[in-house]
Amino acid sequence: MSDHIVKSYDRDLEALGRRIAEMGGVAEKMLAEAMDALSTFDVDLAHRVVSSDPRLDALQREIEENAILTIARRQPLAVDLRECIAAIRISGDIERVGDLAKNIAKRTLKIVSEARVPRAIVGLKSMHEIAAMQLKDALDAYALRDTERARAVWQNDSDLDALEDSVFRDLLTFMMEDPRNISFCTHLLFCSKNLERIGDHTTNISETVVYLVTGESMPTERPKSRIPDFGVKDEAAQ
Amino acid sequence: MNAAAQTPKELPTKITVRSLDFYYGADRSLKNITMPLHTNKVTAFIGPSGCGKSTLLRVLNRMYDLYPGQRAEGEVLLDGENILDPAIDLNALRSRIGMIFQKPTPFPMSIYENIAFGIRLYEKLPRADLDARVEAALRGAALWDEVKDKLQASGLGLSGGQQQRLCIARSVAVQPEVILFDEPCSALDPISTAKVEELIDELTNRYTIAIVTHNMQQAVRVSDYTAFMYLGELVEFGETDDVFNKPKEKRTLDYITGRFG
Repeated sequence: MSDHIVKSYDRDLEALGRRIAEMGGVAEKMLAEAMDALSTFDVDLAHRVVSSDPRLDALQREIEENAILTIARRQPLAVDLRECIAAIRISGDIERVGDLAKNIAKRTLKIVSEARVPRAIVGLKSMHEIAAMQLKDALDAYALRDTERARAVWQNDSDLDALEDSVFRDLLTFMMEDPRNISFCTHLLFCSKNLERIGDHTTNISETVVYLVTGESMPTERPKSRIPDFGVKDEAAQ
Repeated sequence: MNAAAQTPKELPTKITVRSLDFYYGADRSLKNITMPLHTNKVTAFIGPSGCGKSTLLRVLNRMYDLYPGQRAEGEVLLDGENILDPAIDLNALRSRIGMIFQKPTPFPMSIYENIAFGIRLYEKLPRADLDARVEAALRGAALWDEVKDKLQASGLGLSGGQQQRLCIARSVAVQPEVILFDEPCSALDPISTAKVEELIDELTNRYTIAIVTHNMQQAVRVSDYTAFMYLGELVEFGETDDVFNKPKEKRTLDYITGRFG
């Protein structure tokens, strides 16, 4: 929504949106490459992911500074104020997505010498597909100010949580089959946790989009993940 | 549409404006205004120049009576009594509804007399009581500490911000029920503005306040309710937090975010 009497105000807000889009692009690429590196044990690619992270951090800092400057300079109200707050929040979430992708790349570097059960990565790939789609949808929802799409992301987060549960069980099986898999699978376990966290950040982004557009917060209760049951069914909880 | 129908909660109402029209000669400058001023709350009137907000304020204490050719139609009920009634005692009305203007308007007399003058218009008080009332008014306007040693000095010798607070003290001295502020800070520096805003904040426990302001941030800071007016109409009335965070009307949003062209 543009058309302020003061044109430079529009430019300030548009610049914030563009920077967010840029951050989103960087984070999406980092995530895709980190997962590529993990599934192909590609050391160079993993290093490249790790080295992309400072760019994301710098962008986040720039967005924060510009949002704060805009607040100080223009004293924005209503949707304009929410634009600034949303930029700060969303850039924080994207920055975390980048960190988590970087962490997957770092773990890739650690396990590359002992690639034991490549099929253990299959479940992670499915998680990645969902997480990447969720991230894309959340970023698109922001770019288009599309609350419907944002709400859909918010609803779908439980898919990722369910998948994490099943990945957890698979990895546990591999570890029980052969204790030499433990180190490898534990790293993968952390990777699956990272993907699940990325899902949480996309949920945060979509909540922020709804807040930005409507001025109203999403309910605190959201479709919640099940806690991994560690292979023990809690019948009493049914 | 009747904007007052959107009043969020049932609150005691000090003044009820009902179907108010106002004419400068043939020009209809207020169009069917209906809204409440809630008791001991601050209501801000915002809107572009010429939207009628100052006019509305001036109807509330019949200021327009001073000018020929101006007339109001409809009702303005102060505690249920229609103050537009020609039979109403204007002096008594204005002692109940004080007004502060954009430019400080101290009388060319001593600080003490600036306050005492108004009190004497309405009451005969023994000297000691008058002194006490003057002190209370100056304290009430957060001016006492700055002027207590120079009460006999001219009110015109004070700074702009002090003059404005002197005028507020003068209003408070006659113990009104409602105080109308017509852009009280537009001629003041930021420190004086902050002092006046702090004062409004303190006064709101005891008085019903209406304030016209062009400063959006000021309206957000000082008011409980906000009325947005445009071209003589009341576009939106509601709790200030709602009006400035998620206004219902696009015209309100455009205005408060600086998109009005």
